[in-house]
Parts: sequence; C-alpha cells; structure tokens
Amino acid sequence: MARTLKLRIWRGDDKTGALQDVTVEANHGEVVLDIIHRVQATQMGDLAVRWNCKAGKCGSCSMEINGKPRLACMTQVASYPEDETITITPLRAFPVIKDLVTDVSFNYKKAMEIPSVSMPADLKPGEPRMQQIDVERSQEFRKCIECFLCQDTCHVIRDHEENKKSFAGPRFFIRIAELDMHPLDTLRNRKKSAQEEHGLGMCNITKCCTEVCPEHIRITDNAIIPMKERVVDEKYDPLRWLGSKIRKREGIL
Amino acid sequence: MATGVFSEGRAKISERTLRTDKWWIQPLITVLVLLAFIVYATFRAFENGNYFAEPLISPFYSPCLSTACVAGASLLGTPFGIIHIFGMVLSPALLILIFPLGFRLTCYYYRKAYYRSFWMSPPACAVAEPHAKYTGETRAPLIMQNAHRWFFYAGLVFNVLLTTDAILAFRNSEKQWGHMSVGTLVLLANSTFLWLYSLSCHTCRHTVGGRLRNFSKHPFRYKAWTFVSKLNHYHQNFAWVSLIGVALADVYVREVATHAITNWYFF
Repeated sequence: MARTLKLRIWRGDDKTGALQDVTVEANHGEVVLDIIHRVQATQMGDLAVRWNCKAGKCGSCSMEINGKPRLACMTQVASYPEDETITITPLRAFPVIKDLVTDVSFNYKKAMEIPSVSMPADLKPGEPRMQQIDVERSQEFRKCIECFLCQDTCHVIRDHEENKKSFAGPRFFIRIAELDMHPLDTLRNRKKSAQEEHGLGMCNITKCCTEVCPEHIRITDNAIIPMKERVVDEKYDPLRWLGSKIRKREGIL
Repeated sequence: MATGVFSEGRAKISERTLRTDKWWIQPLITVLVLLAFIVYATFRAFENGNYFAEPLISPFYSPCLSTACVAGASLLGTPFGIIHIFGMVLSPALLILIFPLGFRLTCYYYRKAYYRSFWMSPPACAVAEPHAKYTGETRAPLIMQNAHRWFFYAGLVFNVLLTTDAILAFRNSEKQWGHMSVGTLVLLANSTFLWLYSLSCHTCRHTVGGRLRNFSKHPFRYKAWTFVSKLNHYHQNFAWVSLIGVALADVYVREVATHAITNWYFF
C-alpha cells in the first residue's frame, strides 16, 4: 500500500445525510473509484455508488470530489496531496437517491423534448452522402458520454431549481447544435426552439460546462456560442432576416 | 424556500461549495485588472487633453471628431461642434468610446469574466451564486448582449482607423514620411493586438463561416472559418493583451504629449 488516505464520504438519502470520515489504504496508481470500492468492500458494505466501465467512457461514476464535478474513475488519487482529506459527495444539482447515487432522470426528459434528425423525405436508407468537412463539427459533440457533469455544474439549474422547467442545459445545447449543423437535417426551427423552449438565452456562457467535460468537448465555444449567434441571425439581426427572405439563403445555411 | 444546492431532495450539505482550491483568486484578479482599467480609462476619457503629439494620437481619442480636438488630431474631419454638458466641454473621447466599450462589454469572453467576477453568477464552477433568482440573458438589459455583432462591425472600423494612425506614425513631427519612433512601434503593436482580438471573436468566426451548414459548398469560407477558429482558441488571451495594450499605448502618448518623455526616433 502506497499511502493512507483520509476520506469524507457523503452518506444519506433524499431526507437526511452527512459526511462520514473514513481512513483507507490506497495503492500507487489508483483512482478515486478504486478507493470507493475498497471502502465498500471493507468498511461500508451498503455504500451506494453508480459505476460501470471504469474507463471514462460510460459516464456512470459522476460525483463531486473536493467540490468539483468529476468522473471518479478518471480521478487519480495521486493528484491530491498526501495530507489532504478528499471529500466525496453525490452530484449536487440533482435529487439524491442514496449515498453517491443521484436521480438524473431530468436529463432523459430533456432529451426526449428534442426532435431527432429529420432527413429529406426523398432520401432512402443508404442514400445519404455527406462530406467529412460537413460533419466533423457535429462529430465533436458525438463524443459526449452523457456523464451529466456539465449539467451538474451549470449554475442555471444547479443554483436555481425553478429553472429546470425551462432550461435544457449544456448537454442538450450540444445536441441541438449537432442537429442544427447537420448538413441533411430538414428541421428549420431548431434555433427558435433552442431560444424559446430550451432556454438558450439563460446561458451566460461562464464556461463551467467546458471546464468539467471529461471528453474535452468545447461546449461553449463550439456549440453554445455558435447557437447563440444563429439565434441572433434569426431573431435579433434585421439585416440577416431580410436577406434570408429576399435571397432564400436558408437552403445553403 | 430553499433553492439551488439546498433544494428539497438534493444531498443535505450545508456548505455552498466544498472546493478546497483557491477558486476565488481568478475572479479577484479579474476584478482588480478591470477596475484599474475602468478607473484609468474614465480619467483619460474625461481629461480632454494630452492625447496628441504629432504624429502620435491616443487610441482613446481616435478618431477625434469634434471641433474641440487639438489641431492636427482629426483624421476624419470634425463633424461635431463643441458640445457643452453641465457647463463643461464634452471630451471628444466620449463621442466614440461607446463603440469599443460596447464591443468589449458584449464580448463572449468578457461576459464570462465579469459575470463570474463582478456579478458572481457564479463566482467559480460549482460555487453557489448568491442570487435568489436568475433569468440569464433573456430580458432587458442583458438581452442587449445579442447586439455584439453590431459592435464587432464598428470595432472593425476602429481597427482600420487605429491602423491608419499607426501608419501615419511613420512620419516625424514635421509630417515627413520615412521615420520610425518608439511611438510608431507602440501604435503598431496596439493595432495588431486589436486586430487579433477582433479576428478571434466568436462573432467573426460565425460570420466568416460558422453559420453555414455545408462547408463543402463554400471552400473559401471553410478555410477562413478554420483560420478564425484557430485564433478563436486564444480569444481570451487576445482580449487581455489588447485591453492592456490600449491602456499602455495611451499612457505612452500621454507621456509624450506632456513632455514627460521624448518620443525617441530610430530613423
């Protein structure tokens, strides 16, 4: 064993809970999820934690480590000083179910509110052809593993529960951007619905979503701001609006 | 009723944040630097003097458009007469500064900087903000952030003018061409930083190609978008460098204009 680790793990449910102190051994090269499993195996047999791939690809083990939203499987124990107590809590933007497991169903409801890609009616299966340069912007967003760390850190819903009704969150802004930038998508109201139904205007681009993304998707720069600019094209730029009416440019956009 | 991280159903944790790092340093530095700039820029905008020393003009006063401008400082003529407000002559800087100010105020990077540091919305990631309600940029006055592109276009005009000022600084105080001074380099550096800041802007990125769905149909715009995207990666850096560059260029011109220093000529 390389070191003795002091932890504070939040334990409880949606009614009550508290941080509990634990001391546990940690091996060289281990990640926080390894340590949680050791605690589970040796000291807290009923500790609830959601996990799956242990490789940073499933997005299950999202939690907050020393107050920062992170994947436990991608957080090296060695990145913390030896004398530091590591505090582990569930995601604080979502209702807790038990211990480190939260109810993230908010995100699935929001996902269902976004219409999927709508291909031209005359295109048959196997016929769509797209140039690589036309799809590579959207491909960045397809890296999303739905860990919901961006949703958790977004202050619009983290600090204002009441906004959850009208705000989809950064994960779904990249989904909308992906579809709006899709060369073959025929739905033309995505910009309007992003602003009016999914709360794009509530984002004040403080870039926390980008900071916590384990896939390093440039959520703000490549999805949210481009969508905001597209909304400006439609709603707040009379010259663009006039140009689109006169020259019917929407087809090439 | 409790909201935010203290909402019903969420993990019962009494701290607003459990972050142990020094998350407050970045917003603090932002506040200090921006406040220093605001105080200095306000002083200079109202000073109404010491902004021109042939062939150098301060970026705060260019273009100088008022008949109140000192002789030789007006590149585009003087369409505005002397305006008095509360018995005082309106500084020519106040006629133009709304444009660069508006460009920076609505800039996507500065929005992040001041929302975090001045408005604490949020002060840092996963640090609970102190406000009870939040509507973002959906209503007045913050909905005006959507006017960023208009300030961007105005900013381009200013860049052209300030670049012209830098080129005119290849003259000596007798207006003879073929000379270069420290002031020339100062104005050149200032205009270069401003161009980098403008060209790396998110609105620029959108305008040159970001709004397209099919890059393959617009290869030239795709190349332009790719180039601006690379610059855009450093937009934050250019924002700070250009802000400090404007202030330092003004300081230099002021020092020359007040004869505190001599504008040294290389040739």
